[in-house]
Amino acid sequence: MTILAIILMAGGAFFLGVGSLGVLRFPDFYTRAHSVGKADTMGGMLFVCGMIAHNGLHLTSLKLMLIVLFIAIANPAAAHALMRAALRSGVVPWMKQPEEDEQGSKEEPTP
Amino acid sequence: MNPLFVTFAVIVTLLMLLSLYRTVRGPTVFDRMLGAGVISTKGLILLCLIGFAYDRIDMFVDLALTYALLNFIGTVVLAKYFEHRTEQEAGEGDPR
Repeated sequence: MTILAIILMAGGAFFLGVGSLGVLRFPDFYTRAHSVGKADTMGGMLFVCGMIAHNGLHLTSLKLMLIVLFIAIANPAAAHALMRAALRSGVVPWMKQPEEDEQGSKEEPTP
Repeated sequence: MNPLFVTFAVIVTLLMLLSLYRTVRGPTVFDRMLGAGVISTKGLILLCLIGFAYDRIDMFVDLALTYALLNFIGTVVLAKYFEHRTEQEAGEGDPR
């Protein structure tokens, strides 16, 4: 059971690391929110599942399972709420090659 | 102390430091809120790991559950607040 817990928690640490790397390195807000909404959720769920495997059948395991359920629902919902707020308040999405017209000013990218 | 959980707690703390850079340096206010959300998700996991390391997980799991609820509510409320605030200041460039 401890082996299973170590495997699950190592997987969780990997996904959390990938999510943190995405938050650190991606070029604009929307791609960072994409990294948080998927990789970070997966990492947190795997981590708590590893703790459940280490704990065994117990009342505490039920509460840990509630935490897993809550992370699965709330973390993408929070990322989505943040992304919608950013889009409505006018944060411009990142384009690969921003096109320039003759005056040299950046053209407004279409969302 | 179980050395397994202490090792994972150190790893999660280092990842929190990695996310702290985005929270401090983020160009927009939404980047900062995103970094704070990542840090509090990792803090939730760190709370559970500390509970296992001290063999008091039956007490720490309630704290972790409460922390998860407060984190979610705080993020959603702040997102709503900054959405309306930046609509009022429309036309003054990117929100910082």
